[in-house]
Amino acid sequence: MKEIKFSEAILEAIDQSMQKDKSVILMGLGITDPKSIFGTTKGLLKKYGVKRVIETPTSENAVTGIALGASIKGLKPIITHQRVEFALLSMEQIINQIAKWNFMSAGKQSVPLVIRMIIGKGWGQGPQHSQSLEVLFSHIPGLKVVAPSNASDAKSLLMTSIKEKHPVIFFEHRWLHDIKGKIENKKEVKIGKAKIIKKGKDLTIVSFSEALIQVMRIYNFLKMNNVSAEIIDLRSLRPLDEKTIIKSVSKTGKIIVIDNGWTKYGIASEIISMVVEKGFKFLKSPPKKIGIENISISSSRTLAEKTYLNSKQIIHNIFKIINKNIDKKKLNEFIKKNENDHTDIPYQDFRGPF
Amino acid sequence: MNRNTKLNLFKIVYKIRKVEETISKLYSENEMRCPVHLSIGQEAVASGVCSNLKENDEIISTHRSHAHYIAKGGNLNSMISEIYGKKSGCALGIGGSMHLQDLKKGINGSVPIVGSTIPIGVGIALFNKIKKKNNLVTIFFGEGATEEGVFHESINFAALHNLPILFVCENNLYSVYTGLEQRQPKKRDLKKICEGNSLAYYHEDGNDVIKVHNKVKEIVKRIRKNNQPTLIELSTYRWLEHCGPNWDDNLRYRPSGELKKWIKKCPLARIKKQIKNKPLISRATKQLDKEINSAFVFAKNSKFPSNKIIKNFYF
Ligand SMILES: Cc1ncc(C[n+]2csc(CCOP(=O)(O)OP(=O)(O)O)c2C)c(N)n1
Repeated sequence: MKEIKFSEAILEAIDQSMQKDKSVILMGLGITDPKSIFGTTKGLLKKYGVKRVIETPTSENAVTGIALGASIKGLKPIITHQRVEFALLSMEQIINQIAKWNFMSAGKQSVPLVIRMIIGKGWGQGPQHSQSLEVLFSHIPGLKVVAPSNASDAKSLLMTSIKEKHPVIFFEHRWLHDIKGKIENKKEVKIGKAKIIKKGKDLTIVSFSEALIQVMRIYNFLKMNNVSAEIIDLRSLRPLDEKTIIKSVSKTGKIIVIDNGWTKYGIASEIISMVVEKGFKFLKSPPKKIGIENISISSSRTLAEKTYLNSKQIIHNIFKIINKNIDKKKLNEFIKKNENDHTDIPYQDFRGPF
Repeated sequence: MNRNTKLNLFKIVYKIRKVEETISKLYSENEMRCPVHLSIGQEAVASGVCSNLKENDEIISTHRSHAHYIAKGGNLNSMISEIYGKKSGCALGIGGSMHLQDLKKGINGSVPIVGSTIPIGVGIALFNKIKKKNNLVTIFFGEGATEEGVFHESINFAALHNLPILFVCENNLYSVYTGLEQRQPKKRDLKKICEGNSLAYYHEDGNDVIKVHNKVKEIVKRIRKNNQPTLIELSTYRWLEHCGPNWDDNLRYRPSGELKKWIKKCPLARIKKQIKNKPLISRATKQLDKEINSAFVFAKNSKFPSNKIIKNFYF
């Protein structure tokens, strides 16, 4: 099994899909430039030509409608936005048109398109370049929403999304792009299937995307303290794999959801309300959700730091749920060894691009 | 043009250049921890436009706003502090380089979503009209923004309501790394787009601050008189990378020789040549260097914002 970066996995998925299916086309600003969206579209122009790899004007709203028009006639467009926020210019097309076209055409037409949105974080990007808005799209009937956390899932999920008959919003967290992972090519990841990445019996931890990486960073501390956590990577946000979550909670009786975004009215809220509705009888303690502070994100690192999740906060909340005391000295030692000093960069020597 | 105006134009162009160069130089210290879109090579646009604006005239800008902020007289200490993420910053460190503002100087704000400040500027002009204020609103944006629908909707509205607005389209040929030929048909004509919407349109060499100043002077006079919204397109060129402190010609997204050609048209060198009295220049630059240096010292010595300030806002 080979190890590749998350960004390379995206590239492989697009490349292989374009190779297999001539109706797959690519649209977006920057997809043919020298940086090729953090390497995720590298070389595709050369390979597939300008007809299928379409550099676009700075016109997100129109481009989205154009992709819709092309898709209902049989093309399979992949649109790319370097930041989630740029996609907001196309919200009307996404919510009113794309999400409803299949319904409005009484099922006669469908919209097989994928919109890639990259979530930014850190380096003082501030209020308009670092929002985690997965929930906005997950709220909409007619859309599928995925947010993989590792290279293997990213590759497979993107290929599945491209093949999918209905529109998929594909979230990539910028801080995941450089993380390497083994590609398990055999299994196709289906949309709507979560994955249990660690089996355990004391509590269920549900997370996704970059937040999941933060959870995995403290997993060893849990093990050192004999906390047996079951960790679920959602992978898909809509549809949600309710079954896997409920089954886990039926075993552990405790759940914490660690969100990539704001906790109010969020993905975590949805999961917890689902668990309360469908698995109330299994719960041995109140469910908990944590995520980004419910405030806008500042540029200044001291303010941004307080907004984002950190390892200590995750650990404290987990121990509270399982009603266990933390050895402060051990915790501080662990944090010192494992946590990056700066919450505005993914690792110490990261210098962008952002 | 009299000697004083020329010297003043030189000073603004120089100040922008020097501030941007200092940011570029010190960026690798990793203390300015935010994306920066520098205006080196484009200084004459902001300088020649803002030199015609009064203090209570208003501007609104984009991700690439350093030059506009400086030329409109924004407080330098607050600007540099903002980039350093300090509480003495013009937005208390909340926004960083992409959110410069100084309300005392009519600098309403800057945001890094392409095209989004265009209608907001139109709205400010609508306020001025309804409240019978005679401040002029200037909206700065790049040519990339004219590809967004909101640009077209906004100029239509501005013309419909005869709003006194100067739209400044700073055409540096690129939207990030993507050249015009990949984004617009060859014969696309911004003049026709403007005139088709009842906007007056002008074009000028955006690297010649004297020409920009003179042209905008005329235009501003006319807008103040007859309220006709007007767009001026200024041709210019960004020397450094789209975002960040470095040169990036090695990436080859621009034809070879293009950058060199534009560097020959350096806005600073051109205005400097126009001023014969060299001691005047060295006195001016010495003073500006001091001011700029002390702004960086001020910013570095300032404190980070306290988390408590978050309580002051509605969320
Ligand atoms: C709506 C939107 N789309 C895309 C971007 C990414 N982006 C940031 S700056 C920029 C370039 C825009 O070019 P132009 O308006 O000409 O300004 P310039 O950078 O050349 O000054 C782009 C595409 C964005 N910030 N907002």
